[in-house]
Amino acid sequence: MTTATDKKAGIQWGRITRDGLWSNNVVLSQSLALCPTLAVTGTATNGLGMGLATTAVLLVSNVLISLIRDLVTPEVRIPVYIVVIATLVTLVDLGLNAYAHELHKVLGLFIALIVVNCAILGRAEAFASKNPVSSAALDGLMMGLGFTAILVVLGGVREIVGSGTLFAGASLLLGQAMSFLELTLIPDYRGFLLAILPPGGFLALGFLLAGKRVIDARAAEAKRRESLALKTA
Amino acid sequence: MSTLAWSNFRQGIGYQGLLLGGTVALAATLLVVADRATREPIAQRQAEDMNASLEQVIPSALHENDLLANTLTLNDASGTPTLVYRALAEGQVTAVAFQVTGNGYAGEIAVILGVAADGKVLGARVLSHKETPGLGDKIEIAKDDWILAFDGLSLGNPPAERWGVKKDGGDFDQFSGATITPRGVVRALKGGLEFFAAHRDEFIAPPALQTSGTPLTTDN
Repeated sequence: MTTATDKKAGIQWGRITRDGLWSNNVVLSQSLALCPTLAVTGTATNGLGMGLATTAVLLVSNVLISLIRDLVTPEVRIPVYIVVIATLVTLVDLGLNAYAHELHKVLGLFIALIVVNCAILGRAEAFASKNPVSSAALDGLMMGLGFTAILVVLGGVREIVGSGTLFAGASLLLGQAMSFLELTLIPDYRGFLLAILPPGGFLALGFLLAGKRVIDARAAEAKRRESLALKTA
Repeated sequence: MSTLAWSNFRQGIGYQGLLLGGTVALAATLLVVADRATREPIAQRQAEDMNASLEQVIPSALHENDLLANTLTLNDASGTPTLVYRALAEGQVTAVAFQVTGNGYAGEIAVILGVAADGKVLGARVLSHKETPGLGDKIEIAKDDWILAFDGLSLGNPPAERWGVKKDGGDFDQFSGATITPRGVVRALKGGLEFFAAHRDEFIAPPALQTSGTPLTTDN
């Protein structure tokens, strides 16, 4: 391999990472997977669990779809992808139920939901089916982590406002060693139910979306000024 | 030439069918294998869960047997078969536990109810519900000790007309902002006790009649 292609690959990998985590984030930019995003983020722990489970499925599904991309014809690609994803999710569900039962009790409801997470089909269709395995794996991982980050932030905000705690029940998900994560931020808090109910999810997500717009607009503005300054100099 | 033939074949309906069929066949095989491999561990985990719930409504002092191993099925008032777990000590049924279902604000509330042979409530625990977090979920033992108020009560204590939430003139507290949820639980428990009273003889019939030998080893 020449250094030129190495460098090109490096740039591409950097772009995949940035896309997944921020600029093409599943929730913030693609507005995909809003159903699980709003449904499970009553607490930061639930968000984290759903995010990690989705990341695992997304990573494996991207790798598999990329592996079979030369075999699959455009006409039947959607059913093939759906079968692959649904099989994968069912395998994860059965495996967790049998060998990580405590985790399954917390996440059980959400795992079946991963099948209908359009972000997974979206990445299969838009990226994995057109790219080599290594890029597809990285894309799956980064998209998943970007999704997880949003779920944790959203869950954290709703949990703090709604019940005054953070990462409640984390020891159920991550084991007793992580119980130090469970914080009671506002003692004797009477709770703000709206934040935990679905409307709270919509409100918090709205603020997150607006926040990303503001940050992106500021970055674009700074860039524009910079290039203007370069031109005039 | 061969690439052209390949590309022609790929366009054909035969290839598409093979591809889809192959994918589905492979997926089905994988799922069958995974299902068979995990069926036993999953059943075991679920049995452990059930056992943990049962231990909360039937004190371990009351039984010498494996609660999951000694069950019978009875039809309740509406004709639905109910699985009854029985606690045995010295060949006698000392307590039973069975699931009752109440109608909550957002769907069914499943409660496991433990009843002593004399008809007193030993304990009740909510197994699953879809009630509003922060309002209706106080029926869970993890959130509130409301459900403990039923321990030791029976159909005559309080009298039947007072088996309701305070809003309905009964004895049991409702939650501020949530009446339907506790009402559903109270009604379910009352229904469970009535079911027990109506079939008391069947509930506590000594299991020795069903199996020969020592009644304590009825692991059927």
